[in-house]
Formats: sequence, structure tokens, C-alpha cells
Amino acid sequence: MKGLFIISGLGILAMLAEIFKFKKALFPMVLLGVLAAYAFNFTEWNNNMNIPMFSNMIRFDNVALAFSGVILATAFFWFILANDYFEHDHITDHFALVLFALVGALMLTSFTNMTTLFLGIEILSIPMYVLAASRKRDLASNEAGFKYLIMGSFASGFLLFGIALIYGASGSFDLMAIRSYVSHSGGDLPIFFYAGVLMILVAMCFKVSAAPFHFWAPDVYEGSPTVITALMSTIVKTAAFAAFMHLFLVVFGKVSDSWSMVLAVIIALSLIISNITAATQQSVKRMLAYSSISHAAFMLMAILANNRGFGSVNAILYYSLAYSIGSIAAFTVLYNVSKNNDNVTIEAFNGLGKRHPLLAVCMVIAMLSLAGIPVTAGFFAKYFVFTTMIGTPYKWLIILAILTSAVGVYYYFKVIIAMYFKKAEGHHEPIQIETSHVVLLVLTTLFTIALGLVPNYVIEIFS
Amino acid sequence: MLVGLLIIVPLIASLLVFFTKGDTSRKVALGLSVVEFALALAVFFQFKHNPASKDLTLNCNWVESLGIHFAVSVDALSMLLVLLTTFLVPLIILSSFKNEYERPNSFYGLILLMQMALVGVFTANDGFLFYVFWELALIPIYFICLVWGGENRGAITFKFFVYTLFGSLFMLVGLIYLYNHTGFDTGIKSWAVTDLYEAGKSLNLNQQSFVFWSIFLAFGIKMPIFPLHTWQPNTYVNAPTQGTMLLSGIMLKMGTFGLIKWLLPMTPLALEKWGWLAIGLSVFGVVYASCIAIVQKDYKRLIAYSSIAHVGLIAAGILSANQQGIQGAVMQMLAHGVNVVGLFLIADILLRHTGTREMEKLGGIRNMNGNFAVLFLIIMLGSVALPLTNGFVGEFLLINGIYQYGAWFAAFAGLTVILGAVYMLRSYQAIMLGPKRDSAIAFGPLASSDKVVLYIICFVVIAFGVYPKPLNDLAEEGTKAILTYIK
Repeated sequence: MKGLFIISGLGILAMLAEIFKFKKALFPMVLLGVLAAYAFNFTEWNNNMNIPMFSNMIRFDNVALAFSGVILATAFFWFILANDYFEHDHITDHFALVLFALVGALMLTSFTNMTTLFLGIEILSIPMYVLAASRKRDLASNEAGFKYLIMGSFASGFLLFGIALIYGASGSFDLMAIRSYVSHSGGDLPIFFYAGVLMILVAMCFKVSAAPFHFWAPDVYEGSPTVITALMSTIVKTAAFAAFMHLFLVVFGKVSDSWSMVLAVIIALSLIISNITAATQQSVKRMLAYSSISHAAFMLMAILANNRGFGSVNAILYYSLAYSIGSIAAFTVLYNVSKNNDNVTIEAFNGLGKRHPLLAVCMVIAMLSLAGIPVTAGFFAKYFVFTTMIGTPYKWLIILAILTSAVGVYYYFKVIIAMYFKKAEGHHEPIQIETSHVVLLVLTTLFTIALGLVPNYVIEIFS
Repeated sequence: MLVGLLIIVPLIASLLVFFTKGDTSRKVALGLSVVEFALALAVFFQFKHNPASKDLTLNCNWVESLGIHFAVSVDALSMLLVLLTTFLVPLIILSSFKNEYERPNSFYGLILLMQMALVGVFTANDGFLFYVFWELALIPIYFICLVWGGENRGAITFKFFVYTLFGSLFMLVGLIYLYNHTGFDTGIKSWAVTDLYEAGKSLNLNQQSFVFWSIFLAFGIKMPIFPLHTWQPNTYVNAPTQGTMLLSGIMLKMGTFGLIKWLLPMTPLALEKWGWLAIGLSVFGVVYASCIAIVQKDYKRLIAYSSIAHVGLIAAGILSANQQGIQGAVMQMLAHGVNVVGLFLIADILLRHTGTREMEKLGGIRNMNGNFAVLFLIIMLGSVALPLTNGFVGEFLLINGIYQYGAWFAAFAGLTVILGAVYMLRSYQAIMLGPKRDSAIAFGPLASSDKVVLYIICFVVIAFGVYPKPLNDLAEEGTKAILTYIK
């Protein structure tokens, strides 16, 4: 709860920094602020803050705190990554936008009312539209922002329509009220209630970019500046999944018959389309965009499993943490490899093993983690999803996930092969890398391995 | 606790080696791998004299809520394979002293890392831990082949990686499936190997068949068994010699060991139903690979195919699931591990001294270096399983075991004796005998490191051919333990 206030305050502070000329001090202040928010997160753990706030709009229970923790940790890493890029480019505006997006993300972990859900999604999305288009003179960046805006608004429309239908049936925006309405109806729900559920499902699938609602993702990822892409594929995803999970496990869990088959088809499509398309990409950013669709499909599998108890929640929490950390590492390497040229092909990685061994090793670990090889975090993430799924009637999805994972290895390893096997052609400037980025890379890499060695600290949070 | 050290020492060793530079890397690596071998011998003596000792098991929680334990222990079977691994790794490192590799610290570091994973695979007593080590063994060898391999290594090692990973993921599903069926009476799920055995036996035939084939796929690819072998010849030929030695000498045994410990006792019904098919594929692979080996021109590729033939026989023996079959398979795994390392070293020596491995261009080397000819002959005879060499005991028991399963299977598997002799003797004749070719002229005396390795291997070939009892006793004990689970 206090974390939410701190981040909001930081956002306002960031805007003031331009006027009162303390731009230089902004970066350390933001880092400290995020850390402070994180610390408050800890103190609220298991505390009596479980009560709903603002007339039942928001509630920071332990699940919300855990996801906020993932988001804040990722944000901390992300600010270290982004400082270098924004240093000479309106750092105050950009940081303010990111901080407001964070506010939206935190709301999405903790909403208890449909209106807060909508507010959270809009507060998260609108800064992202602007950030996607933040390279004002670049056509691709403008296109990305515009596409993101149109597609995002379209999804918001769906979401609103769905909320309205559910309100029509249940007479309430409050999640607990809707939940008790569902359980008391005894299966006798009006047909437009189900329509509302499916519309919300579609809207959320837009937000997490699951196929067939994924068409915006590759273009937006590719067009946006690399650091913003990193933000989209980590924090935005985690927040969207926290919301998705909250809606479909807690509120609509009882009517899972109506949406589980649809979700299964969406997952299957996402797995197939994303992995096969990713394998043919030359641009690394586009490849990562498609791979993020496949990771979304994995997290959706945990939602589909709809585990009683905390199996699904734990799996999604662990997955989003593992994926966020791995992505931040990968994007940091990508950013440093591509500093002057924002759209890098895999050839840009040629010979990186010799040109900059540290970057190469960190990239290897990140790729291994994303591909799900033990003992990295990514392996356990996939493993936990499999264990939630194996008791369900959707075992065929596991087989499909395995087959497509093998394809996944192909494109992740293309990068590794390029780094160690291919020779760099022509003359390359030696790669200069900021000390803060070295620290960031080492931290994220160690974190990836540590998460793989002792997954119990995360996976046993809720039991 | 000792057994924990067995895993930790190579890990620390590999980290140490990563921080060395240049020539010291291989010396440090060799020294540390000898230490590991000494440690394995210590474990062996402990095992001999005090089998109930606490030193031989280690069991601590890893992920408690999921029943995952870091459980390792040494029994007769794993003891043999740990001895094989720790014995071969110093030889493999020593055999590389004449090769100049770029970035030697990474090269030797990866070899030692791989050793850690291999020892882990052979000692793991927890299904999950087994899987983790199994996958972990793949990463170092992938990089060894990718960075230090020959022409066109990118595509070849990639095929190898995807094949094996694909198989392993299916194994993971099979294991999770078993895990999900554990603990019906207690309600507590567990990854412990004996609980998985129980879970496997409680399944009906269809469920067992699913588990059998999904796990068999992983082992079949690793060994490899026909028709899953297509990654193997190219990978063996293109990998650096030490990589090939690791792959064929030790890593291949992961598959056969897996069959014995992680598949047979879990799915007895499925084995009864599908055993004929699995054995049929293995036996077919024996004949098929032998025939292809006969027409090979490159000596290294010939050994690669001979390896498929040998492993096919081993797999058939294991799948016949009787005392002789499994015991013979264990003996043959040990013999093949030692012999194939020797043969690949010989291929490497040929290449280094003459610049080619093409048998047509070789010939008459015996006239230049009689010493080498004798060493080569001994190892070659061990590989064709002449009596009084180490290969004989295993092969004899294997064919005996397969015969008990089915006479026709044994008849075809027995062809390996004839075909093996054909390609091995012919290749020896082509390389060593006959008139001196141009390529042989440059063949000088052997480097001392190569000599040491070859002498040690020849000693093992003869010593355990004449007196196989210590190994045979252990193999018998291990086999009996497994058979009590199957019956």
C-alpha cells in the first residue's frame, strides 16, 4: 500500500525535477524510492494491511504483495538499465511516465473492483503508448506507439463491454460480490454473463499478447526503443498476468467450464504461432517478441490448470519472476550490442564470445533460462507449470508445449551459436559498457542461477 | 558425505580451472581429476568394507513442498560407473596434451563440469535430481563440440542438442507422471527412486506403456538406438577428440545406465508387452551399424558406427531383463568405455602424425612404429571381444542373456561378433600393415602423454580380461538388486 504512494510520489517528483533543476539527482532518488517501496512491501507482508482500502477498491493481500515485489524488483533493475539511454533524452519526462505506469501495474496486482481494474490497465497502458513512440523522429517508433494505442484501446473497449455485461448480470463491480453471485446462482447464470466473461478473457489476452490477439506485439516491440521493449515484456506482462490470474482464478474460477476450452485453444495457438514464427526471425527484438508470446502461453497454462490451493499462483509468480529477470539480462546485452543501431539482427552477435566475453556469458545464461534448461530459473518455471497441468484434462497441451519448446531451443541457441561459432565480419568498434550495466548483468545472471538452485524460497511462499 | 564430495570436487575443480591461464590449465585439470579418481577409490574401499556406512549416502531437502531431495548414494551399479567416469576423465585430459586448444581454461573447465554432472547422474537417487544432472551434462558437451569442434560444427552440434533435449523433455513428462502417482497411501508425493518404482508398478498396462516409451525415447536418443541415431556419427566425427571420448566413453553410458535403473523396474508390464520391439530395434541397430561401419573410409567415423553396434547389443541385453543380460551389459559398458577412448585416441594420433584418418591413404605404419602397432592391436582385440580381453566377458554374457529372451534375437545379435571382427581387423590391416605409404613415413615415436594413456588402457584391457572377477562380482550384485525390483 505504502509502496503505491511512494511510487506515485516519485512520479510527481520526477516531473518537478525538470522545473527545479535536480535532474542529476533524479536517478539515485528513483532507485532509493523503488527500494523503499520494496522495503515497505516486506513490512506489510502478513500484516493487517489485508483489509480493503478506499471503500473496497484495493486490497494488498499477500498475493498482491508478492506480485508487487516482482514488479518492483524488476523495476529496480530496469531503471539501472534505462538510465544510460535516457540520460540525455528528457530523462524527467520519461522516468515520470514509467513511474506512473508502475503505479498502474501495482494497481493491477491489488484491485478488488472492476473499476480499479480498468483504471489500472489504463494508467499502465497510456504511458506505455507514449513511451513506445518516444523516439519522436523515428518512423518505426511512431508506428509502434500508434499501433499500440489503437490495439490497446480496442482491447480496453472489449474489457469495458465485458465489465458492463457482468455488471448487468450481477449488479455489482465488486469482485467479491460477483464471486458470491456466481457461487450462489447454482449454475443458473444468464447467457450474457458468460459473454461478459469471454469478452474480458479476450481483452486480457490482448494485454498479455496471446495469439490470435498478438499481432501488435512484434511491431511494437521492434519499433520501440530497446529499453522500452524491456519494460513491456517484463513489468507490463507481470502486471497483466497478476490481473488475469486474479480475475480468472478467484472470480471466475467457478465457471471455468465456460472459458477453459477457449483458453486452451488460445494457448495452443500461441505456442504454435509464436515458436514457429520466432524461429524464422532475423531481428533479435522481433524474436524476443515472439518468444514472449510463447512465455505468455506457458503462464496461461498455469491459469488454465486452475489449481485448487496455491499451485497456479505459485507457478505464475515464479514464472513471471524468472522470465522478467532473464529478459532484463537479455535486453541489457541487446542494448549494449546495438547501442547505435536499434534494430539488430542475429549477425550483430557474431563473435561476441571473443569481443566481450562477459556480455556473451550473461547472454548464454539468459538464453538458457528462457529456453528452460536446468539449473536456471527458467527450467523450474516450466517445470512448475507442467506439474500444475498434469492433473488436468489438458495433457495434450503439455505434449504440445514440449514440442514447441524444442523449437524454442532452436532460436535461443541461434544467438549462442552466433556468439561462439560465427566470426564477426568487418571492423567492429570495441564494446564500451557502463559499470552500472556490468553490475546489473552480474546481478541478474547470479539471480537467474540462484533462483534455479533454491527455487523453494519463491515456490513455497504460498502453501 | 564422501559421495557428496564426489560431486562437489569436480565442480570446484572446474571453477578453479576457469581461473587459470594457458598451459597451467591442463596440468591443474589433470591433477584435480586424479584427486577425484583417488576420492572415488576411497569411496570404493568404503563400499567394499563397510557398505552400510553413512559416507555412501547423502540426503537433504531441496524443494521440500514438492518432495524433491538432493539424494545421492552409491550402490554396486553406480559404484562401477563412477569408477569408470573418474578413471576415464584423467585419461581424456592427459590424451589432450598434444592438442593445442584455444582458451584451454574454458575447455578443461567444461570437461570437469561435465564430470560433475556425470557423477551426479550415476549416483542420483531422486528422480528430479537425476533429470537435472542429466540435462546439466548436456550443456558442457554442447559447448565443447560447438567451440572446439571441426567444420560445420554449428549445425551438427545443434542437431545433437535438439535431439537429446527433445528426448529428455519427454522423459521429464514420464517422470512427472510417475511422481503424480506416488504417495497414494500416504498422500505425500515423492521423487525418491523407490517411490517411483512403486508408483510405476501401480499403473495399468496403458499407463505403463506411455511412461515406458516417453522415458525410453530419452535413453534411446542418448545411446543412440536405431532409428534415433542419426545425430551420432556426425557429432562424433566433428567433435574434438576429447569431446568424442566423453560422448562415447561416458555419456553413452548415461543412457544404458538409465535403462537399468530408471526404466526397467518402473514399467514391468510395459516391458513384457513392448520388450520385443525395443530389443528388435536394438538388435537391428547392431547389424545395421556394423554393415555401415564396414564400408567407412574415415577411421573415426568407423569407430562411431561401431559404437552404435556395441550399444545396441548392450541395450538388447538390458531389455531382455535377466541376470546374464543385465550383468553382461554392465560389464560391456565398462569395457566399451575404456576401449572406445583408446580407439578414439588412436584415431587422433593417426591424424596428428600423418595428417589424415582416411584408411585408403594410410598403411604400413607398423614398419615405422612397432610399439604403437602392438598397443593398437591390443585395444582393437579388446574391442572385438577376443577371449582374455576385457570385452569378452560382457559380450559372452550379453549374447547368453539375449538368447534366453529369444533365440532369433540372439542369432542376429551374434552377428556382431563376426561383423565386428570384419571391420575392426580390416581397418587394422589397412592402417598398420601392408607396404609403407607416403603418409606413414612421417610417423615418428609417440608422445609420452599418448604412450602413458595407451599403456594404461592396454593394461586394463588385459588385466580385466584375465581377471574380471572384482568387476564381475559388483556387476552381479548390482544386477541382482535391480532384478528384485523387477520381479
